[in-house]
Amino acid sequence: MSISKKGLFASAGVAVVSLVAAAFVAVSPANASSAACASIGAGYLPQSGQTVKLFTSILEPELSKYVAATKPFTDCTGINVVWEGTGQFEALLPVRVAGGNAPDIAVIPQPGLLQKMVATGKAVPAPAKTVNNVNRYWSKSWRDLGSVNGTVYAAPNSANNKSLVYYSPKQFAKNGWTVPTTWTDLFKLSDAMVAKGLTPWCGGIGSAAATGWPATDWVEETVVRLYGAKVYNNWITGAVKFSGPEIQKAMSTVAGWMLNPKYVGDVKAIATTKFQDAGLSIPKGTGCQMLQQASFYTAQYPATTDISPTGDVWVFYLPTINPAVKTPVEGGGEFMLAFNKNIATQELQNYLSSPEYAHNRIVAAGKSGGWLTANSGVSLSDYQNPLDALMAKYLADKSGTFVFDASDATKAAINAAEWTEFTAWFATGKSQAAVAASIDSNW
Amino acid sequence: MNSFWSTNIVKFAQIFEAIAVFFVVLGVIFFLAGRAKGKSQRPLAVLVLLGPALLLLLGGLVIPAIRTILFSFKDDSSIKFVGFKNYAWILTDPNMHSVLLNTILWIAITPILTTGLGLVLAIFLDRMKHEVIPKALIFMPMAISFVGASIIWQFVYNYADPKQPQTGLLSSIVKALGFTPSNWILTSPLNNFLLMAIFIWVQTGFAMVILSAAIKAVPADIVEASALDGASGLKLFRQITFPMVRSTFIVVLATQVVTSLKLFDIVRTMTGGNFGTNVISNEVYSQVFTKFNQGRGSALAIVLFILVAPILVYNIRNIRRERSIA
Repeated sequence: MSISKKGLFASAGVAVVSLVAAAFVAVSPANASSAACASIGAGYLPQSGQTVKLFTSILEPELSKYVAATKPFTDCTGINVVWEGTGQFEALLPVRVAGGNAPDIAVIPQPGLLQKMVATGKAVPAPAKTVNNVNRYWSKSWRDLGSVNGTVYAAPNSANNKSLVYYSPKQFAKNGWTVPTTWTDLFKLSDAMVAKGLTPWCGGIGSAAATGWPATDWVEETVVRLYGAKVYNNWITGAVKFSGPEIQKAMSTVAGWMLNPKYVGDVKAIATTKFQDAGLSIPKGTGCQMLQQASFYTAQYPATTDISPTGDVWVFYLPTINPAVKTPVEGGGEFMLAFNKNIATQELQNYLSSPEYAHNRIVAAGKSGGWLTANSGVSLSDYQNPLDALMAKYLADKSGTFVFDASDATKAAINAAEWTEFTAWFATGKSQAAVAASIDSNW
Repeated sequence: MNSFWSTNIVKFAQIFEAIAVFFVVLGVIFFLAGRAKGKSQRPLAVLVLLGPALLLLLGGLVIPAIRTILFSFKDDSSIKFVGFKNYAWILTDPNMHSVLLNTILWIAITPILTTGLGLVLAIFLDRMKHEVIPKALIFMPMAISFVGASIIWQFVYNYADPKQPQTGLLSSIVKALGFTPSNWILTSPLNNFLLMAIFIWVQTGFAMVILSAAIKAVPADIVEASALDGASGLKLFRQITFPMVRSTFIVVLATQVVTSLKLFDIVRTMTGGNFGTNVISNEVYSQVFTKFNQGRGSALAIVLFILVAPILVYNIRNIRRERSIA
């Protein structure tokens, strides 16, 4: 089927022709590579010569790994996939959509932007097969993030995991400590460290004009661990206030953890310690022992540091507080939203929501890793990078709870107020109630 | 490489083309205005010569000022009028109280210290043998930006646990003297004065150089005559030197007041406005560019303007009086 021929048909007729073509291909695959088809799974309609354009904030060198992951799809179906990356994604997408020049598929890194794009009326719900994939392979919180009013619009792409604690396996082995798997055990371990005269927790929230942001993560981790995704997401929209009982309880929990002199030593010094420096002494074992930070903190350690499950530094998952909230993870991710119902577009959506795509993408990432998915259809043994495998294990828990970084997702004024007020909380001992009231006044 | 040159040569050609067009247009206007005769000649000349400057002044100063005043009475996204709500917020919010207080501390303390210290240095170094060397050393920080200076001073005020080896200069000195170093940048209100020290370190050289030039301009015969009349030391300074450099002193003081009023870089770099060191201009930036609250930011800018205005008026009146005497 050629493009020129297809152009002659009315849009209603296209589907019929495609069905005929599908039947034809099922009998005898024309120019499709059977190896490529085997690697992407069965059931895709060939649309030879069609092109689907993806618009994304992902740039090189990441982008070529995406190209590699969609190559088998092109080889099998004949649909060309063009990845268009830009550093101005958040600014350009709304302009392009409003100007009638929407991409076929946009890879959107913020749920808020996804909601806005759906509200324009230009985006289309995900096709049935994609919805099936989302229901089958992702947890409810992931599905909700890609949905508007219960309709699934977008399947998730990559994911990341901030709910980590850095520690030193060598020091743990030397002291006979084991990695805690419950919140209670985590604090029993902290007390054991205190009993040895050590400081269990490292902390640093200094970050020039953004000073205070690591403290927002600590509060967010606590909120989701106490109350789950619903309260957490209402907190982002302002329906749950900082001065409300839930966030106050979460702040009290943080007060007993990161603002507790018993666990952190000098609380005020956390405000002036640069976040980059906070956990550097972990391998030595004489200073503080554990640091809650996102996976990018790994880059702070010198190249000579052995970062492995038995080495100088490794991470464990920050356990839940309320057992009713299963495997809470705070992090980020992207969602793939389509702006038309072309068959080629929908077939690509189906592929991009499949475990086969995720597998191919992980293979493309190789040993250095750096690409995680919350798709539970992927085997953890696919990950060649052990840190990725550890983080993906918690993301891909189908009964798990996933939330986006609240301070990034909320109103900008609230985010800025959180930074300064949490800094005052640590630095000047400003009361929890006054901190909350001051942040709330920005709504 | 090849495409680099071909695209950039085109770009430069376009730049020169634009400049050439600009001068051609100007030339035509001047030529036409020059040909005007009779009654229209003078008004036309005024228009051609003053017009562009007035236009730029209007677009760059008057219109933005009016817009800022309007915005200060509107809500965060400049849509609805909210009356004096933004001003009420400045006067009632507890965080703003510390902002206003710190700004007043800055204007009350730093200009007098920089100008005074500059004057003292200018006088004492005036008749030194190798005055160039200490003057150059004192003036040198002036060549460093406030941001650069702040980063240097971060190392001075750096804090480490008193049990650990100290990396900050101030902490090391304090520890060597047998005291316990404190977390300097956190200790309010001391931290405000520590930030002012940076300003003084940078600006004193400027004050010294200008005042030194004014002192050197005092005619030697007047100084000699007063010395013959028995004036010396403090008396000579109070009755001869200072009155003769008074106007320079006031100009330097006024620029220092204005600089410290709009001070932004040091606070932004050292503390980001945290730990009770925030000042108005830093808060203007935070409100407009990180909290996207145009209304509050504009209201703060107007408050800053009102605070600067009397100093400017005084300065201008002073200059006018000097002129009328001359």
